[in-house]
Amino acid sequence: MTGTPLSEIEKQILWNRLIAIVEEQAQTLMRTAFNPIVRESGDLSAGLFDLQGRMIAQAVTGTPGHVNTMAESVRYFLEAFSPDDMHPEDIYLTNDPWKAAGHLNDFMLVRPCFHKGKLIGYTSCTSHLADLGGLGFGPDGSDVLDEGLFVPILKLVDAGKLDQTFMTLLKANSRVPIEVEGDTYALIACVECGSRRTSECLDDIGIDDLEDIADYIIDTSRSRTNDLVRALPDGVYDNQMRVDGYDEPLDLVARMTIADGEITVDFTGTSGLSRKGINCPLNYASAYSCFALKCAVAPDIPNNEGSLQPLRIQAPENTIVNAQYPVPVAMRHVVGQLLPDVVFGCLHQAIPGRVPAEGACCLWDLPLRGGYSGDGLGKTKFATELVHNGGTGARPTKDGFSATAFPSGVMGSLVEITESVSPLIIWKRELRPDSGGPGKYRGGLGQILELSSSEDAPISLFAALDRINHPPRGREGGHAGAAGVLQLSNGDRFHPKGEQIIPAGERLTVLTPGGAGYGAPEERHPQDVLRDVQTGLVSVEAAERDYGVTITSADARMSEGAK
Amino acid sequence: MDVHGNVLIPLDHDSLQDLADVIAAQNISAVAIGLLHAYANPAHERAIRDALLASGCTVEITLSSDVCPEVREYERIMTTVCNAYVQPLMARYLRALETTLADNGYSCPLYLMTSGGGMTTLESAIRYPIRLVESGPSGGAVLASRLAERLQEQRVVSFDMGGTTAKICLIQDYQPQTARNFEIARAARFQKGSGMPVRIPVIEMIEIGAGGGSIAHVDGMGQLRIGPESAGSVPGAACYGKGGTKPTVTDANLLLGRINPSTFAEGKMPLDVPAAETAIAADVAAPLAVSGLEAAFGVTEMVEENMANAARIHSVEHGADLSTFTMIAFGGGGPLHAVRLAEKLGVQKVIVPANSGVGSAVGFLQAPVAYEVVRSRYMTLDQFDPDAANQVIGAISDEAHSIVSGSDPNAEISLTCTAYMRYVGQGHEIQVPIPAGTLTAQDTATIKASYEAAYGCLYGRTIPQRDIEILSWSMVAATVLPALDIIPNDTPAKGCDPIETRTVFVPSQKAQTDIPVYWRPDMPAGAEFTGPALVAEPQTTTFVTDGFKGRIDADANLILERI
Repeated sequence: MTGTPLSEIEKQILWNRLIAIVEEQAQTLMRTAFNPIVRESGDLSAGLFDLQGRMIAQAVTGTPGHVNTMAESVRYFLEAFSPDDMHPEDIYLTNDPWKAAGHLNDFMLVRPCFHKGKLIGYTSCTSHLADLGGLGFGPDGSDVLDEGLFVPILKLVDAGKLDQTFMTLLKANSRVPIEVEGDTYALIACVECGSRRTSECLDDIGIDDLEDIADYIIDTSRSRTNDLVRALPDGVYDNQMRVDGYDEPLDLVARMTIADGEITVDFTGTSGLSRKGINCPLNYASAYSCFALKCAVAPDIPNNEGSLQPLRIQAPENTIVNAQYPVPVAMRHVVGQLLPDVVFGCLHQAIPGRVPAEGACCLWDLPLRGGYSGDGLGKTKFATELVHNGGTGARPTKDGFSATAFPSGVMGSLVEITESVSPLIIWKRELRPDSGGPGKYRGGLGQILELSSSEDAPISLFAALDRINHPPRGREGGHAGAAGVLQLSNGDRFHPKGEQIIPAGERLTVLTPGGAGYGAPEERHPQDVLRDVQTGLVSVEAAERDYGVTITSADARMSEGAK
Repeated sequence: MDVHGNVLIPLDHDSLQDLADVIAAQNISAVAIGLLHAYANPAHERAIRDALLASGCTVEITLSSDVCPEVREYERIMTTVCNAYVQPLMARYLRALETTLADNGYSCPLYLMTSGGGMTTLESAIRYPIRLVESGPSGGAVLASRLAERLQEQRVVSFDMGGTTAKICLIQDYQPQTARNFEIARAARFQKGSGMPVRIPVIEMIEIGAGGGSIAHVDGMGQLRIGPESAGSVPGAACYGKGGTKPTVTDANLLLGRINPSTFAEGKMPLDVPAAETAIAADVAAPLAVSGLEAAFGVTEMVEENMANAARIHSVEHGADLSTFTMIAFGGGGPLHAVRLAEKLGVQKVIVPANSGVGSAVGFLQAPVAYEVVRSRYMTLDQFDPDAANQVIGAISDEAHSIVSGSDPNAEISLTCTAYMRYVGQGHEIQVPIPAGTLTAQDTATIKASYEAAYGCLYGRTIPQRDIEILSWSMVAATVLPALDIIPNDTPAKGCDPIETRTVFVPSQKAQTDIPVYWRPDMPAGAEFTGPALVAEPQTTTFVTDGFKGRIDADANLILERI
């Protein structure tokens, strides 16, 4: 077989196999990682690249933030190290936010892949490490060097030998040295698995390199994406969305141009940089923007160089979506996760009826720490991260999802696990009635969460939240979802961003935002309104006020009794 | 309740009467009760149940602390709700079955297969019907485990392929892999995460949408895809001549010559070769611009590739290297694809048991009466509390033992204790054997060593200095089965004659060749042959490539080994 070109079906089989290999890589990483955000939420990615650094396969497992960041990354490694000098057992590493995945916590490893003694491509993987020193994982750094240890592209493993000096330095610069060491080993295992499997696969199929298959995958994916984009009406579509920002509101402004089978999204006009770490490098902003485009236009095409080429994202330097070194970027996901709604707002004009109304977007991630300082001394030391979600926007023909993370896909934390591992009590966690934006299709509901220390100790909250002052907006007459709220039991309101203290004896109430509605609420079927009232999602008062549906107490009996 | 089972807020008894009224008014027939931390202290759940019963409710009641006394409220309460949902129906059905059997003179006890691979009593099935979900496939895993023991095969992968799905299970030391998570009713077929997670003891297997009836099509990218849509048995494959026009895996097997159109289903259902040709030509060959034969081969290769990819990822998740495993293949479609699948996975030996077409049902007859009880009791190994551990172990032993001994008070019953453990802060627990008898502080070292052995086996390395935590304890009580007779491996070799030759497409030659067909019922013990060959039997056919040779062992199993 060697030497003969692959048939069409053989190429297709090989393509499937390469995707399975990167998926196997991702699963290896997910099972061995320490950081809960990697294990539970799949904040990771794995990819396979050809000699030119073109991504030819990416694992399906992973978060959208890695879609484009990974596709671009290997080229930077090839600029730093010459392929001629690479050894089969070398591994390279960086966490440079502008070259890896947008903030220091994401480590990216690249390993050359050799087959029969010849370099044929690269495998790469990335995952989120829990702590790299600095101010810790929060938005309060004033530049990227405040945010932790910055690792430029360097050789982590030299011809099979791990750089112990680097590992010593890494551990000394983390609050959780054992975890970051373990996570680094997991990443090493992941790229090793990818390289070995790729070589075995070439043996099995009977070919010597990846060049032909890389062209096939990239050309097929690009041309199919071009076709799908050509089916959209050409034009220029503008949209803007105002969100909370750190100290002052941000305007996210986008102009989408659809022409010649390509989509360009240009963020000119978007607000400038924030003083604090919610700025996005462009690679990360591109990832979430492209993810939205792919969801709406080309969901079935695997991610690779070809499927991403027709989707271009651009922004002027020093806007919040194209931050430059050394501005702080630790919490870049807060802004990044809002971008799909901006992109959907443009797409809605081009293809009405295909994209949802605005939703909560960013994770309601609550990093909590206690027992470290001041009057908390003597109490249990802990640092934990609760992840909760708001509602998604209503879809053009269906309600939104309640307490569900879109676009990140991250699962919510469990109360019993939270209380097992940290001195916290969650007094209440339930859906937040009337938070779903009214509409013909109702937005998904947010949640109510009430928590306190179980030891009567103060707790620090490191907030990086949005949609508190600017709730999600509806489409086609649908109403806005409810805004998020952070409020203490003494009535004080918290700011959406930054470190704030929950004093001993106080409870924090967290109301996550609801998704917006789609279509005029008057068009909602009264039976659906009644069902929402009976199941406690909508109050009798809101049914009357928002939907014009009067519900008698007898009709609402089910919910009354259930309370 | 707090995490330790202490009462934070007393139960509001006055509200329970209202609840009872609502249940009566709504004609509710089953109730699920699930409260936070009920696994640690079930008092409130029991008080609610007692109050409902005292007020005259005549509903079936499921308590989360009974059906799934484990930490993680989402999964526990989902399990409780699913149990309550099926309970009235299952209770009615099982009672009726019992009565009808008795009326018809069956005086033997009635047992039901559980998803965990053991038989259980009627009473326990009525109480916990959720444990019966997915009981059919577990019968196949039991069959493969028993056969593995008789053939002294310590590492086995079972491969069960039917009309719509294929199931793959890892069996080591004659025990199938088990798990406690299972997803039912997946919204996106076979997509992890799209179903309802229930926590019950199950035999761990992956299910792939790949069976004889899986439909082949070419997608928008020009890529050949198989399934997960299935033609089922009606209309079935195009060649069934029952109105199906879509090409299926069975149609492809027919065109490749692997199935004899005149002897399919013991000759009761002649197959329509032209109909299969038409379907493959229209939906596969034409869009891909290849010949009909090449298209048919593409279909079988792609379905085998899909199964191989899923099997590889499954084995990675369990730290197993499939190339060191023996495959046991059964189900209507398993033997047709097993050898080619083995080639893709690097498996050296394939066994097709006698009566392989009805493997799951045979497995039911070989299963022990068994019952597993799992309960959460958190502790770290650093602060191992032998008294608390002995208390939990004692309670779950008594419960499991009493259920199994209820089936036959004289039966010899084995008890096997395991714990679900992880490094502090990790997300996935692994199952670790716990020494029999009363635990003392000295057992900490043994448990730690067992944990590290199990962890190292899965992930290749352990993490020094990291504390280990125990989340839950499990006890399996099972009737001891009579010792199995080992099948000897010394049957003298005999030649055997084919009944005919058929023109079959041989993968290694990528061409049609005349190959011998053996009739399995006529093959004596010791009969030997080399591939390529077909071994036909009434319910299925085994396709043997030229990379394998075969023989019939003393117990009529077909043993295929790589040449």
